[in-house]
Amino acid sequence: MAILNKDEAQAILKKVLSFSKADETEVSLNGQQSGNIRYARNAVSTAGEVSNLNLSVSSSFGKRTGNATINEFDDASLAKVVARAEELARLAPENPEYMPLLGPSDFAESIGFIPSTAAMTPDTRADMVAQSLKVAKDSKLEAAGFLQNSAGFRSMMNSKGLFAYGKNTDVSFSVTVRNQEGTGSGYVDHSFNDVGKLDTLALTKTAATKATSSAGAKAIEPGRYTVILEPLAASDMLGGIIRGFEQRTADEGRSFMSKKGGGTRLGEQLFDEKVNIYSDPLHPELPGSTWNNDGMPVEKTIWVENGVVKNLACSRFWAQKKGIKPLAGPGGGRFGGGGMIMTGGTASVEDLIKNTEKGILVTRFWYIRMVDQQTLVQTGLTRDGTFYIENGQIKFPVKNFRFNESPIIMLNNVEELGKPVRSGSSILPPMKIRDFTFTSLSDAI
Amino acid sequence: MKRKDFIYYTGMGLGSLLLPKMPAFGREIDPAAALQGIDASVKKELADVALNAARAKGASYADVRIGRYLRQFVSTRDKRVQGVANTENYGVGIRVLVNGAWGFAATHTVTKDAIAKAAEQAVGVAKANARIQGEPVQLSPQKGYGEVSWKAPIEINAFEVPIKEKVDLLLQVNDIALQNGASFVTAVISAVNEQKYFASTDGSYIDQDIHRIYPTFNVTKIDRAAGKFMQRNALSAPMGMGYEYMHARPQDKLSGIVTRYKDRYDILEDVRNATKDVDEKLKAKSVEPGKYDLVLDPSHLWLTIHESVGHPTELDRVLGYEANYAGTSFLTLDKWQSKKFNFGNKLVNIVADKMQQGSLGAVGWDDEGVKCKEWDLIKDGVLVNYQAIRDQAHIIGLKESQGCCYSQGWDDIQFQRMPNVSLRPGKQKLSVDDLIKDVEKGIYIIGDGSYSIDQQRYNFQFGGQTFYEISKGKIVGMLNDVAYQSNTQEFWNSCAAICDANDYRLGGSFNDGKGQPSQSSAVSHGSSTTRFNGVNVINTARKIG
Repeated sequence: MAILNKDEAQAILKKVLSFSKADETEVSLNGQQSGNIRYARNAVSTAGEVSNLNLSVSSSFGKRTGNATINEFDDASLAKVVARAEELARLAPENPEYMPLLGPSDFAESIGFIPSTAAMTPDTRADMVAQSLKVAKDSKLEAAGFLQNSAGFRSMMNSKGLFAYGKNTDVSFSVTVRNQEGTGSGYVDHSFNDVGKLDTLALTKTAATKATSSAGAKAIEPGRYTVILEPLAASDMLGGIIRGFEQRTADEGRSFMSKKGGGTRLGEQLFDEKVNIYSDPLHPELPGSTWNNDGMPVEKTIWVENGVVKNLACSRFWAQKKGIKPLAGPGGGRFGGGGMIMTGGTASVEDLIKNTEKGILVTRFWYIRMVDQQTLVQTGLTRDGTFYIENGQIKFPVKNFRFNESPIIMLNNVEELGKPVRSGSSILPPMKIRDFTFTSLSDAI
Repeated sequence: MKRKDFIYYTGMGLGSLLLPKMPAFGREIDPAAALQGIDASVKKELADVALNAARAKGASYADVRIGRYLRQFVSTRDKRVQGVANTENYGVGIRVLVNGAWGFAATHTVTKDAIAKAAEQAVGVAKANARIQGEPVQLSPQKGYGEVSWKAPIEINAFEVPIKEKVDLLLQVNDIALQNGASFVTAVISAVNEQKYFASTDGSYIDQDIHRIYPTFNVTKIDRAAGKFMQRNALSAPMGMGYEYMHARPQDKLSGIVTRYKDRYDILEDVRNATKDVDEKLKAKSVEPGKYDLVLDPSHLWLTIHESVGHPTELDRVLGYEANYAGTSFLTLDKWQSKKFNFGNKLVNIVADKMQQGSLGAVGWDDEGVKCKEWDLIKDGVLVNYQAIRDQAHIIGLKESQGCCYSQGWDDIQFQRMPNVSLRPGKQKLSVDDLIKDVEKGIYIIGDGSYSIDQQRYNFQFGGQTFYEISKGKIVGMLNDVAYQSNTQEFWNSCAAICDANDYRLGGSFNDGKGQPSQSSAVSHGSSTTRFNGVNVINTARKIG
């Protein structure tokens, strides 16, 4: 059993610390169980289940640190792993950026664990996929998809009395539906903590509709267009931007947050005033870890307010060096990643289309890669349903485009934001953006 | 040597100071533990438990992989060690075929009881799948090889090289960059050792020992007044080699506008050159968009081969098995069946192989017990074959798999992965200088940069590390903001000349992603410097205010 409850985890961590002789010791215990099923050509291709449990000990003498890990939990093994970490620490060079461990903190209880998601079985997954396959077969279309669920826990304790525990579940489903001629393709991709929110039948119907309506795409000239990005496309473009809200790289002059001549863009109007971005580990639709690997609390944080940069994540070492307060990024890592929430209005994608004289509707983007780290110019392509809009209506499907665009420029060209929904590890609104740069056409379907 | 002495000599106490937690890579261990192998007879006994348990529960076929995956990361930044981590990932994965459907289960608990239970779990998964399975899985026949083994022919095991030696080398790399005006520099050495044991109900018991190494660095220089920065990465390649890769010999160096490397790498010389390059990049002019003849160095071209040839010739993509993630392929079966699909110019010959010495893909047997081989994908510009594994071989009329099945670890199911895919060198004697002499208006691109290609592998865009303008047969200076866009078939048909075998080098990817859940594999791509005529180049510069 790879998922331990709070008491079980705490008991093991306490026992491990009881063997410690180091100046400072930090112990973490993590476990995960996951299962998946993959299908293509209207049939299951692969499926599997995996479990893992892992204990890690970090011991420090002064600024010297050693780590050791084990996955056996008898007393002798626990004593051995601590002794090994201490032996390594004594031999380690000093780390000039070492920070003393943090003491106890009152971390909020995480809300990301749903028992029904954790209880999914191979049969549950097969039944949900059967629903998806039925839609494709009934419509004489071809489906390829992936369903995965996981349950995991993270826990941490240190010799200064800090203890943190959290568990979470996740279920994600994506499906690509194509017509038999290979001339149309549609896609959906959704993630939830609660499997009760996942309707594979309805989602596959959406993808099937896209596949049918995207057939027979016409080529139109690349150039600058007003685009309506569905939330999936918006998250493809913007999901990684949150990682750039980071103090050290901004101070060092190698980030889009760096200012010409020195300094950072903190406090500057960097985006259109309609742009508001925050993160919140207690958001019911996007729950996350309430503490990070450094033992810092992860709390609701506003990153952009009315287009102005309000905060930059900062490690404890860099904060001490600069004489400022440390700030955890979203997510559980040192600088987070994921967990971005952008506010919007109440309009649906259909409403945004109705208000558009000429434009392109984008279902999703694909193969996005950074072209220039300084301006965040990225390149990638539209995929699985791209449509031409005229006078408030979808007129016809269009061939896919390659784009070269920066999310910074994009967020300065916001015309309208719709109602936010969860997409992957972000919550984003559908958005209408002017002057989006498409640079070439693709024949891909 | 006593363990304590080993620790002292390796300086392993540096252990994992600041590396982020990387559960995907495994548990952190000390280097001494990395040198303790697991006896094949022990693994055979455990494998038989899995195979017998699977058969007893109704599997018509089963295979088991007992994997011990060692990784070492030594990373430095400027004047300090950022982290040293040795990780081990050890466990068992069992794949079974029941009622024509696949099932898979994996466990990190390597005991007979846990293995038997995982085999039973895999059968349960297969039975659940069989309820909604369409066509039953059709496996190509495979003879059993009995008890066999394969070891990568390395000269120096990277895991036996003291960490202190690696740290000292990397700090020397950083020192050279900083002394020469770099604002920041990071340098890393990654090493991988896959100790893989495969057994199947076909009667194979295959023990393999695979090694990979990847030294790299990134040099950054900032011009604060102008508010811009430039970077250059190492011109190394990840290789299927031991630490001997780090010991460059004169015959491994190719002189030119910048030194490039063949089978060995001189990291100190390269970082010196890289620091000069970033200086020059800060002053270089921005490219005029338009059509150019491109001269592509193997340190760059490997990635274009990977994306535009390697991936579209994967049969699972062609058939639609990757449709939900990486996509499909424009190289549909009818194009192959026609036997005359013009993929590229007649000069273009592209080969797949799993045996090339020093390559990332080289092994003795693949992850479903098939002996590795070499075969043509593109011959004289025509598509002649794909990459297929055991449950696909019959689709293209093959009697056996081509041996390119791989899993990134014991806890992931094996599936079709790209073998080494390489462009054969030109048959006529031709040097890089001779190639450039004939270019009227062109760009010489060295090193890989940004890359993106559509889901059927038609439209692509590639950047690079350094770009040199060629005018009237001569290199006249450096350019910035260069990316070229093309279409796969058009691009390979614009191939105008390929340098001879003297210039042939490997590049490669240490982490190529594919599949759901996504898996990473390592693959090499060889080529000589190649010219492509009339390719569309765009200017990527933008202002963000």
